[in-house]
Amino acid sequence: MYQDVILDHYKHPHGRGLRDGDAEVHHVNPTCGDEITLRVRLDGDTVADVSYDGQGCSISQASASVLNELLVGKDIAEARRVQEAFLELMQSKGQLTPDDAMEELLEDAVAFAGVSKYPARVKCALLSWMAWKDATGQALEEKTA
Amino acid sequence: MTHPRPVLPGLLDTEAIRKDFPVLDREIHDGKRLVYLDNAATSQKPRQVIDALSGYYERHNANVHRGVHVLAEEATALYEGARDKVAAFVNAPSRNEVIFTKNASESLNLVANMLGWADEPYKVDERTEIVITEMEHHSNIVPWQLLAQRTGAKLKWFGLTDEGRLDLSAIDEVITERTKIVSFTLVSNILGTHNPVEAIVRRAQEVGALVCIDASQAAPHMTLDVQALQADFVAFTGHKMCGPTGIGVLWGRQELLEDLPPFLGGGEMIETVSMHSSTYAPAPHKFEAGTPPVAQAVGLGAAVDYLSAIGMDAIAAHEHAITGYALERLSAIPGLRFIGPESVEDRGAAISFALGDIHPHDVGQVLDELGIAVRVGHHCARPVCLRYGIPATTRASFYLYSTPAEVDALADGLEHVRNFFG
Repeated sequence: MYQDVILDHYKHPHGRGLRDGDAEVHHVNPTCGDEITLRVRLDGDTVADVSYDGQGCSISQASASVLNELLVGKDIAEARRVQEAFLELMQSKGQLTPDDAMEELLEDAVAFAGVSKYPARVKCALLSWMAWKDATGQALEEKTA
Repeated sequence: MTHPRPVLPGLLDTEAIRKDFPVLDREIHDGKRLVYLDNAATSQKPRQVIDALSGYYERHNANVHRGVHVLAEEATALYEGARDKVAAFVNAPSRNEVIFTKNASESLNLVANMLGWADEPYKVDERTEIVITEMEHHSNIVPWQLLAQRTGAKLKWFGLTDEGRLDLSAIDEVITERTKIVSFTLVSNILGTHNPVEAIVRRAQEVGALVCIDASQAAPHMTLDVQALQADFVAFTGHKMCGPTGIGVLWGRQELLEDLPPFLGGGEMIETVSMHSSTYAPAPHKFEAGTPPVAQAVGLGAAVDYLSAIGMDAIAAHEHAITGYALERLSAIPGLRFIGPESVEDRGAAISFALGDIHPHDVGQVLDELGIAVRVGHHCARPVCLRYGIPATTRASFYLYSTPAEVDALADGLEHVRNFFG
């Protein structure tokens, strides 16, 4: 489960800390007390920044770091494809071996494939991704309102 | 590994005892021997209990207290025989004071609901107070919150000291003339603290309040004497004391069980029923509506026999030695902070701790990879985590089959965890 990539992101997180955003959400994982506050800033159709703060296990912390690294700078449609692929991987119960297309899409996030075998930890890995999806939806609503 | 282990007085013959527990032989994660240190969550089951369960189903299964055929009479005798065994195990003055429930949570909810529907002098209303403590399991918090919300009663609680003990310094202000019930745990499932019953009971009796004791973490580990405790109700569960899941116990003083109203209605708990009204069977049946967990009660009876044959004082002495050794080994690990008493005095066999800033879920996962089963999380005692400013703890908890070698495996495992995330 604890791939070097995951440990590396845990020890040296990317983009941690809260910065300006268009929407902010707070998500918790009640089974282990993981918490994250996450902000999304959009620039047109581009994910300009994802900033976050929180506490939790190495899986939840590393996952937020990978999310920041992967999604910032992408356009929203592409970022959503990454998010959906990560969700599919995490819900695979260890049965899915990522193909080349998925590996290209998910980059470092492929390292979480092993986590999907541990039902108790899948929520940890998904915490920041669900928060990002929620915050992005809210930010888009703000813009169109 | 290389740690010189001191000679520990009072240890049981764990080599013999472990042969009774088939699961302790299991290997997990490619040949690693299971080190089971999650006994505060549930204990493992000896062959004697497993055989009692399957033997009941293979030879005696029938519904109880109805029917005149052989199996019905055997099943009833076995079920009521289990009640006799439990009554003797807790030194109850009468077997009729032992109510079988599903678990300790149901036992505690039953007490709260007896009082919720009671008339004077037991009536709980907006003029009265309920007292609990900050170290309770959620099962001894939420039923009282519900009762307080439904009746308008005020819920109060004893706070905790930095050392993980009850702060009784303001006991006369917490338990007052308005207090109707004081409910607290004998041994904390998260801190391990063994609470001073006498002081609390004395004050409760002064003001005429009832006392309910959650003995879930005590009944498996020490001699439990409901008469010596001087409580009015004592709740515990079977599965933490070598018994099956699905069986719990509520002991209550006979005159209270006679006075207080039933909670669940149904078969078994009645005397006569008409379409307009019913009269109720005497306790304990008044509180046992519907087909009870018969096989589980029989299994609990076998567990009580098993524990009694070894001796509860001997089990307590064994765990005292193991816990003392574990506190010593763990205290030598850099960055490890105990959440709960650091000394073995007045403490049970559950040890909670934080390991630096490594999240307990990471600690538990890496230990699991080594074959070591501990519990991580808030242990259904979230107020304790809030009190000490931590999201969760790692908890190791021991039982009669725990060995010094398992303590060593835990200590070595925690060193490995430190290096892994260091």
